[in-house]
Amino acid sequence: MAEGKCITKIEQQESTETMIGARILLECLRKEGVDEIFGYPGGVVLHIYDELYNCDYIKHYLVRHEQAAVHAAEGYARATGKVGVALTTSGPGATNAITGIANAYLDGYPIVVITGQVSVDLIGNDAFQEADIVGITRSCCKHNYLVKDVKDLPRIIKEAFHIAKTGKPGPVVIDLPKNVIVQKAKFKYPEKLELPGYNPTYNGHPRQILNALKLLYEAKRPVIISGGGVVASGANKELTEFAKYLHIPVANTLMGIGTFPADDKLSLGMLGMHGNYWANYAVSNCDVLFAVGTRFNDRITGSLKKFCSDAKVIHIDIDPCSISKNVNVDIPIVGDAKNVLTQMLAQAQKREHEINVDLKDKWFAQIDEWKQKRAMPVVNSDKIAPQTVIQKIYEYTKDIDPIVCTEVGQHQMWTAQLYKFNKPRQFITSGGLGTMGFGFPAAVGAAVAMKDKVVLNIAGDGSIQMNIQELMTCVDYNLNIKVFIINNGYLGMVRQWQEKIYNKHYSQTQISSPDYVKLAEAYGAIGIRVQKEEEIVPAIKKAIEHKGPVFVDFIVEPFEMVYPWVLAGDPINKVLLSNDVVDEP
Amino acid sequence: MKHTLSVLVQNEAGVLSSLSGLFSGRGYNIESLTVAPTIDNEYSRVTIVTSGDEKVIEQICKQLHRLIYTLKVAEISMENSVSRELVLLKVTAKDEDRSEILRIAEIFEAKIVDVSPKTYTLQIVGDQSKVQAVIELLRPLGIKEIVRSGLVAITKENQFMMNGK
Ligand SMILES: Cc1ncc(C[n+]2csc(CCOP(=O)(O)OP(=O)(O)O)c2C)c(N)n1
Ligand SMILES: [Mg+2]
Repeated sequence: MAEGKCITKIEQQESTETMIGARILLECLRKEGVDEIFGYPGGVVLHIYDELYNCDYIKHYLVRHEQAAVHAAEGYARATGKVGVALTTSGPGATNAITGIANAYLDGYPIVVITGQVSVDLIGNDAFQEADIVGITRSCCKHNYLVKDVKDLPRIIKEAFHIAKTGKPGPVVIDLPKNVIVQKAKFKYPEKLELPGYNPTYNGHPRQILNALKLLYEAKRPVIISGGGVVASGANKELTEFAKYLHIPVANTLMGIGTFPADDKLSLGMLGMHGNYWANYAVSNCDVLFAVGTRFNDRITGSLKKFCSDAKVIHIDIDPCSISKNVNVDIPIVGDAKNVLTQMLAQAQKREHEINVDLKDKWFAQIDEWKQKRAMPVVNSDKIAPQTVIQKIYEYTKDIDPIVCTEVGQHQMWTAQLYKFNKPRQFITSGGLGTMGFGFPAAVGAAVAMKDKVVLNIAGDGSIQMNIQELMTCVDYNLNIKVFIINNGYLGMVRQWQEKIYNKHYSQTQISSPDYVKLAEAYGAIGIRVQKEEEIVPAIKKAIEHKGPVFVDFIVEPFEMVYPWVLAGDPINKVLLSNDVVDEP
Repeated sequence: MKHTLSVLVQNEAGVLSSLSGLFSGRGYNIESLTVAPTIDNEYSRVTIVTSGDEKVIEQICKQLHRLIYTLKVAEISMENSVSRELVLLKVTAKDEDRSEILRIAEIFEAKIVDVSPKTYTLQIVGDQSKVQAVIELLRPLGIKEIVRSGLVAITKENQFMMNGK
């Protein structure tokens, strides 16, 4: 093992004051630079809330459901790159948090979730509000802890933040029993960490880098896929510079949106199930695929057997498990995207190899030809097309540079397709877990983190009803969130599959909604309804001009479909462009 | 194809369940799993016998490594290691079979550790092929109960041992 890398004697900052665990927790959070947390109180964490009562360095945001606290913490982390923090009570408070934890785990964002637990001597007795949270979360978090002694608390908090934000980021759960919360100790915050089993690799192996560059220099049809790892490592500048230097087109995954400017001529936009036709074709026909920070989820590879079968694959990822898990990789490079791309760029700029841009002329001509093929709205109706709403939202908000969250469904895919993002951390969506109900609380977190920004949540009528209670949170803190509901009266994405694959049996997918205008008003927010095309822009303008939460209910055509569409299991170049146009190679 | 993995972990609460949870959660097989502290009580050695093709084994090793408390994961090959299993086996001992049982025990250097009017209990130590051979020879006589420790293995050189740990 790599000796001496992380293993140094724990040196501690001494303090003479004795305090209870609850207070120590807050002091530790302060040391980690936390000044805002999301949470919900209950029995076993009452001492923590008592400490928060007079705490002037941590502001607590009271949500309306613990799932929302965790999504908000993730939204906060996604918008800022900092670690988001959520606090819940034991039992139901903690089990409510699970979806949030799993969501952050699959998308790889750093959060620390602190759950209360019954006293250590009661654990295992089925005590009131006891749940085995360490057991339950084991498979959906990066790491977890049960704190058994208050003396361990500072070390555990320090480790938790370190683990959450380094390597492949992810959620860390700290289960904090009642007796530890009230136990007294002197507060000492360790300066150094001792985690001998945890040493993420940051720099790429120099020989692999040379091998990768050699392939890329000689490639005639190269493509870069940029994923969420580029956001996590903050490597968008390096990636952009590298792609431009070697003149390679860039496709991005859903999680990688914003890592390469959408308006650059090298941008292919999103690939995958609902990705651009030309992005899927470019990836399918490339001779060298350079993947950066993506786990090759089935939503982007389609049929694995047919994915890039003729291409050489180079893959950078900080998580060795992501490499050769789904797609076989010829040149694996374990490391942090930013470090490795910096190394690669420096090497390329030595110009030991001639970079022959003409080599790729034909390739770009071919891509331009593919770019002619586009999907169009498919239903001819007098109702508003949902795509039009998203397009107009884009046109009338792009200059104010908002943070755009979405829920999950058709509206999410249309947003990913039509809203053009030129930088990372601007688009917040649940990719890996695909959690309906994520967007609204995530918007709460983003709005708390970025107080001078407008935050949009582009929502479906189904999804918004999953965490709609958070409207009260928005009103309480006057968060500048605009919820744009694409109201199609259906669980549209599921209906779309039923239309195509299940003989139009719309089983349980028609979904009713409350009157969102009245609902918004009942909560003390503003509600606007839009039924005609000419009302779209004024409604958006009014929503943006108002400082505070607004619901806009866009009544749209129910039977519109998301195209392009690659059916699950098909190769990604078998693309449906509309209801009756299939484009096959 | 069977593979033996040797995993060095920190002796922390929950390590074993994260490890076994990883196998069940991701659909990997566990043939056997043994765990005990190393010479340094802060660490434990886990020996896992599992099966799968090369790609699966590679993923298992990487996933094991990903656990925060894992220090080292190594695949142990037959050639470079010594592996042993301890088996306690209770076999029906009819009068006419007793000498046969003793003969088998002698050949395989098994010990008789308990005797009753109707049974012998044997203690067998050996690698997988030896253990398998004894079981097959005794099976026709009626094995009443068998308890196996699972395989433990050690490399012939100090390839993946941490200094003394
Ligand atoms: C929590 C959760 N439950 C179920 C699903 C399955 N699902 C995926 S999309 C979808 C429909 C979403 O409907 P809506 O929010 O109205 O969005 P639309 O597709 O109509 O734009 C459903 C039910 C999910 N992703 N998440
Ligand atoms: Mg809908």
